[in-house]
Amino acid sequence: MENWNLIIDSVLKKYSVDSSNLIPLLQDIQNEFGYISLPVVERIADYLKITENKIYGVASFFSQFRFTPRGRHSISACLGTACHVCGGEILLETLERELEVKPGECTADMRFDLNRVACLGCCALAPVLKVDGDIYGNVTVIKLKEILAKYE
Amino acid sequence: MNNFEEFVTKSKKEWDDLLKSDIPLIYLGTASCGIAAGAEDVKESILTTIEKNSISARLVEVGCIGTCYLEPLMDVSAFGNPRISYGNVSSMQAEKILKKYLLEQDCLPKTALGHFGEDSFDGIPNFFDHPMLKPQVRIVLKNCGFIDPTNINHYLARNGYQGLRKALQLSPEEVIEEVADSGLRGRGGAGFPTAKKWRICREAPDETKYIICNADEGDPGAYMNRLLIESDPHAVLEGMLIAAYAIGASKGFIYIRAEYPLAIQRLRNAINQMETKELIGENILGSDFSFNIHIKEGAGAFVCGEETALIHSIEGERGMPQTRPPFPAVSGLNGKPTVINNVETLGTIPHIIRNGSEWYRQYGVDGNYGTKTFSLVGKIRRTGLIEVPLGTPLRKIIYDIGGGTLKTFKAVQTGGPSGGCIPEELLDTPVTYEDLAAIGSIMGSGGLIVMDSDTCVVDLARYFLDFIQKESCGKCTPCRVGTRHMVEVLEKICKGLIDAKALGELESLALMVKSTSLCGLGQTAPNPVLTTLRYFRPEYVQHVVNMYCPALVCRGLIEYSVTPEKCTGCQRCVSVCPTGAITGPRSEPHNLDVSKCIKCRACYEICRFDAIAGNAIVIRSREEA
Repeated sequence: MENWNLIIDSVLKKYSVDSSNLIPLLQDIQNEFGYISLPVVERIADYLKITENKIYGVASFFSQFRFTPRGRHSISACLGTACHVCGGEILLETLERELEVKPGECTADMRFDLNRVACLGCCALAPVLKVDGDIYGNVTVIKLKEILAKYE
Repeated sequence: MNNFEEFVTKSKKEWDDLLKSDIPLIYLGTASCGIAAGAEDVKESILTTIEKNSISARLVEVGCIGTCYLEPLMDVSAFGNPRISYGNVSSMQAEKILKKYLLEQDCLPKTALGHFGEDSFDGIPNFFDHPMLKPQVRIVLKNCGFIDPTNINHYLARNGYQGLRKALQLSPEEVIEEVADSGLRGRGGAGFPTAKKWRICREAPDETKYIICNADEGDPGAYMNRLLIESDPHAVLEGMLIAAYAIGASKGFIYIRAEYPLAIQRLRNAINQMETKELIGENILGSDFSFNIHIKEGAGAFVCGEETALIHSIEGERGMPQTRPPFPAVSGLNGKPTVINNVETLGTIPHIIRNGSEWYRQYGVDGNYGTKTFSLVGKIRRTGLIEVPLGTPLRKIIYDIGGGTLKTFKAVQTGGPSGGCIPEELLDTPVTYEDLAAIGSIMGSGGLIVMDSDTCVVDLARYFLDFIQKESCGKCTPCRVGTRHMVEVLEKICKGLIDAKALGELESLALMVKSTSLCGLGQTAPNPVLTTLRYFRPEYVQHVVNMYCPALVCRGLIEYSVTPEKCTGCQRCVSVCPTGAITGPRSEPHNLDVSKCIKCRACYEICRFDAIAGNAIVIRSREEA
């Protein structure tokens, strides 16, 4: 817990007390912890002198922010137009079924969290899947298992 | 100014030395798309091959030339020969090419895609004669794939920052005049004259003004801005400086999607390099002009492409649009006059200032001058990023540049979720802001998604509406509730749960949302539905009357089955089926129980691609059963 407070302090220190810093601050916090937790929101509210409600309002507006912990690996299924046309929706459904999670959730063993993204900008390789920093193009339902097996 | 001359001279020398290099140069495209296609593995292979064989050569990482379907792309320049390009290079091929070429001087002409020399060469065509590149006019993309985007000297050597230098010798009004004469219109999609926006902002009485570069490329299926920033970040930054000088801003923001980490990294690197060359900060190039740039990472909201929403997001608020006027050019960020320009608009500016408005006007057609970049994706042979003069017919883009579709062409979607679905009979429409609007679509930021007979337009309309519905900020009722209602109707159509009356209801909902929404997101959201109803009505009718999806996409209207004559009984499908719907002993035709089947496609794929399977699983209309 002490360590946790130190990390938050070190992040907060980088920003002046100005509510226009809220979004970069939340991004920074999420980079550190993987998600935005309630205690963190309390600390930020205290620091920027704004209400917790306001922070939740902003954070929940943008798709980047999550309120649950991440797994060891993050899967992003791209559902951009090109990926949709090339079968992205079936891939996402298969992932939901195999991992038994919904987008935004994390598997019980914390191995994977699953996310749906609007476009990864690799449309020429549709359908596209991103696991951590690795991008996989032209993914098919049967290739999925092979891909997931690479991550423990 | 003298220091700048020196920087340029040094940069030119560095560039010339590189081109005349005694040792072979290996160029590798490492923009996001190249990396996704496997460029990192190829890079490793190049480095090991060089080391293992004691080849003296140098690797230069460049951006993307736009022929995405050929990624990873590797070029080799050696022995005084022109630079030769190889496509779809795997690690093994890279090793083979390098060994053959650099050790035995055999450049494998049959494997090569093309060369970049002036004259003809050894049975290898010129790269720019490639059918995908020949019809293009590359102004904005000029440097993409040629320079190292992390090295400002490469940019300087190729006339970089000469536009800024020229602009600083003119008065801000003269700069605006030059841009006005060029006829440049906003490349973000709406096509508002850039100079007009600048002039309004310049003439606003406030002392403090801002320029914002909108790099929040949220249109799913489009990546023009990502590619430009990753491949030539300084072009955008130079344009931003010129714009700032013209409107009188001393502070600028780049609002860029957090989903583009490489682009953000390249921008940060580029801004750091500008500092070393006195191109940013106080008294730029010895003039009175001072300017600083801040990067703001967008947190993911499609509506933030709308100017007022984007401003709210920078201010740390929910990204909700507000009524206009006042327009941001009069009262924007923190209530100050603010110009928001798209990445491509800014990337075009240096070229216009450097070469003059008359030069720019030679491209394009009346009222639509210059070029536009498009990401050509979907069911098309040659996918990639292209740049063509405005006024180019869609047919030319899809067939000459894109090589057409594998199956029968059905439609092309321009403008993403705010655009329309254009059928075959309108493919001769020239790509201009007005012509596309006249057929119910929009220019948009540049996504061109091609669909063939395997795409269901009803499903596509449902997809776009679902996207918009999720991205609606919720401020005004027509958009928040109207789009939800439209999605529900479309979902029912796709599942065969509604009759023909639904089409009229859908149409009136669409018109209501279009005419009563506050911002561009809601006003354009119904376009995909309206255009598909207009051009593909029979396909809707087939869904609601015959419960038939001709593209065999809508899963409520299709089912999977096994063709017994083709089934080899290999049991591969049995092993991949997640619900146990397929059964049958080995070597005998299998049985597929439709009541258990969840239509996940796994059996279909394995039966098609596995060597011992017989391609026996078919998708058919439920009605045929």
